[in-house]
Amino acid sequence: MNDSIKSGLQQVLTFVLGSETYGVDILRVQEIRGWSSVTKIPHAPAHVLGVLNLRGSIVPIVDMRMQFNLERAEYTAVTVIIVLSVQSRKGKRDFGVVVDGVSDVVNVDDSQVKAAPDLGSREATEHIRGLMPVADRMVVLLDIDKLIAGQLPNTSDSEDQASAAAAA
Amino acid sequence: MDLDLAQFHSSFFEESFEALDGMEAALLGLDVGAPDPERVNSIFRVAHSIKGGAGMFGFKDVASFTHTLETLLDELRSGRMAVTRDISDKLLLSVDVMRAMLTSVQRKEAVDMQKVADLQFDLEMIVAQGAGGAAAPAAPATAAATAPAAAGNGAAAAGANGGSNAARWAIEFRALPELLLRGNDPIAIFSSLAELGKLTVVANMQAVPRLRSIDAERCYLTWTLELESDCARDQVDAAFEWAAVDCELTIKRVEAGASSAPAAVAPAAVVEAPVVAAPPVQVAAAPKVVEAAPKPVEAAVAAPAPAAASASTAQAAATPAAAGPAPKPADAKEPAKAAAAGGEHSSIRVSIEKIDELINTVGELVITQAMLSELGRKLDGSVAEQFRSGLNQLERNMRELQESVMRVRMLPISFTFSRFPRMVRDLAQRLGKQIELKMTGEQTELDKTVLEKIGDPLVHLVRNSIDHGIEAPDVRVKAGKSPTGIVHLDACHRGGHIAVEIRDDGNGLDKSRILAKARSRGLVGQNDVLTDEQVHELIFMPGFSTAEKTTDVSGRGVGMDVVRRNVKELGGKIEIASELGKGSRFIITLPLTLAIVDGQSVSVGSETYIVPLTSIVESLQLQPQSVNRLSGRGEVFSFRGDYLPIVRLHELFGIEPRATALHEGLIVVAEGDGRRIGLFVDELLGQQQVVIKSMEANYGPVDGVAGATILGDGSVALILDLSGLIRVAAGTARAA
Repeated sequence: MNDSIKSGLQQVLTFVLGSETYGVDILRVQEIRGWSSVTKIPHAPAHVLGVLNLRGSIVPIVDMRMQFNLERAEYTAVTVIIVLSVQSRKGKRDFGVVVDGVSDVVNVDDSQVKAAPDLGSREATEHIRGLMPVADRMVVLLDIDKLIAGQLPNTSDSEDQASAAAAA
Repeated sequence: MDLDLAQFHSSFFEESFEALDGMEAALLGLDVGAPDPERVNSIFRVAHSIKGGAGMFGFKDVASFTHTLETLLDELRSGRMAVTRDISDKLLLSVDVMRAMLTSVQRKEAVDMQKVADLQFDLEMIVAQGAGGAAAPAAPATAAATAPAAAGNGAAAAGANGGSNAARWAIEFRALPELLLRGNDPIAIFSSLAELGKLTVVANMQAVPRLRSIDAERCYLTWTLELESDCARDQVDAAFEWAAVDCELTIKRVEAGASSAPAAVAPAAVVEAPVVAAPPVQVAAAPKVVEAAPKPVEAAVAAPAPAAASASTAQAAATPAAAGPAPKPADAKEPAKAAAAGGEHSSIRVSIEKIDELINTVGELVITQAMLSELGRKLDGSVAEQFRSGLNQLERNMRELQESVMRVRMLPISFTFSRFPRMVRDLAQRLGKQIELKMTGEQTELDKTVLEKIGDPLVHLVRNSIDHGIEAPDVRVKAGKSPTGIVHLDACHRGGHIAVEIRDDGNGLDKSRILAKARSRGLVGQNDVLTDEQVHELIFMPGFSTAEKTTDVSGRGVGMDVVRRNVKELGGKIEIASELGKGSRFIITLPLTLAIVDGQSVSVGSETYIVPLTSIVESLQLQPQSVNRLSGRGEVFSFRGDYLPIVRLHELFGIEPRATALHEGLIVVAEGDGRRIGLFVDELLGQQQVVIKSMEANYGPVDGVAGATILGDGSVALILDLSGLIRVAAGTARAA
């Protein structure tokens, strides 16, 4: 982390969704695993597919295609889940994202990252840290903290209820 | 010398609070008149170790108070003074004061010095009065003269003690040759003394040998010090705390000339007499310290007299419990003995996080082992048999490991029970009742988390029993009962659960009065006939109280609903059995641990859910004709005389079910928040103990879901929360 900050260099894991390529800071990646069926969570938003057992902790799984309004794909044995850790107001959380496939790890210089153009709505771009060219393609660098902040239920308002429910 | 002691603070507090609990228990078990010497010793040791710790960490107020306490205890220990009811009350009060002080210090808040000073003064008085028969006649006079001293003493903490009459301390400090070897630094001692006031140091070098024969590590000097300061004796002592065993120390207070009022000097002299009678060696820890003048005297001289009245009122206010004549105290010998016996075990202190980590890891192992077993079953060939027998061995070991790890978190319920002897004693005194507290099954173990959360509900129930249950002695005698009421606390294991029972032989619940009250408040129709169970249910209603007048103990109607909610939150239940005139029993059933729940697995579509067994009343299959539709929407069925709504889990959770017709699936009659529903599921799978995992760690709270667990095949199953589920179902029904 320190090295990358000093040099302005960072490593980014890129993955494919449909025809688009996205990137996340590799230091946020916990693990990459194959698809296995998830347990549904009642009343969850549509893009939250359910939860998985990740070495003993219960981790929610988000479908990135649905998140980005892409056409839905079948989940097959080659579908990949990238488990990421984010910083939320409630501390560190792990969650998994379903993507079509993982492509590469690339070195990115901060100077190469360009701000995302204004696409009319803030929602469309607020979770994008920037755009960067990799080989001849454009990679969308994601800000996963912002991306996930809006997805998981906010626990702050119903803390008492929740703890009561957990104890019952 | 610059060692950072702060890192040891937390264990000092922890140990001190624990020791105070032990001291309280020992005090309650102390026989007035004929105390068990071992018990007095153990009480003494508590005061002594707290004093030592407090001195070391620089908590001067605590050290000073415990010093006084220790002095009194030493008198008791040596048999020079007898243990009276008054003394034991004062000692109990000291426990409270020490707890309060330690809590304040721990939270870095200001200590309520007035209360401390008052009690400290009382203790000093007891020592002064009891130290010799000769002092007895002089005692009243002494009391009058020294009473204001307490106030003065309190103020002294803030630095002012009379003002102009600066007193002097003459200190003879004769170091033993080993002083330096033990790491003591006289310079440091002197500089800490210098902080107290003007210090003059004269070194005596007579003993210094010729240069050639000097051993640089030995100390050959003696010092004569003169300290001009109004500070308390304890503060001077504190400077020598570490060096006390390596030196000969004489500390004398030299009064500031003859300017003191002669009237004050006279009683002071009277007090001094018994002190001379007391043996010169005061405390084991500081064997060579010669006590020259007790604190009451020094303060009495310095302080003006007229404040006597206010000081004694403050003192009376601080000790309400001691004011009234004491009725027969609660019998607390048994638990105290048990606690004493329990203290002998050697143990280590481990943080709860470490244990939880261990439990988690073992949970993982269990799951991995289950997966392996699953795999082993599919294997064949010659090695497969060996593999399977190895797996069986593993499974057995795993189970044992899991059980013993779970036991690490378990503590005997005596940790919670131990607060009751004191509480019952105080309450009985305050309410003028005679109560005997019996406790059995204190060694029953349960999870620490459960233990912590059950304390308050139990306190409430015991308080209720004493206030509402047990009658006043005269009423009891009239009813043909012994004047002493019995409150019995019992704990025992009952089939994977723990049952805690609070039983009293008081008046029992007056059903007609409860009913009348409920009718007058419109909770029950005028002509409704209620079963005993339903009547008992009424007292759990928020704000319900039949008490004719509200006391400061209970009767405000807040409580029973909270008690029940707390118990429910722990996954337990509370039952009442009561007979008018004979007494009542409150039985709380609790799970042994919160980390594991006994569950019934049910399947809906492709999903598996766990229903906690404590929520399940019954499971049944419904025939189509026994279902009625209400206003064309909700479905209800008749169950033991009640109509219960049917909640289709697949509809509620939005799953594709295998069975939609009611007779194809099963109905699980379950309850939550006192309401029952018929939960419609595809089928029942099996019962198993599951480890509860949090959904909130990475996701968030889900209505109707208490948590999740990991099944044998590694997949996740959600654990249902019936109370939440019923709320959700009611909400969607209304919205529909």
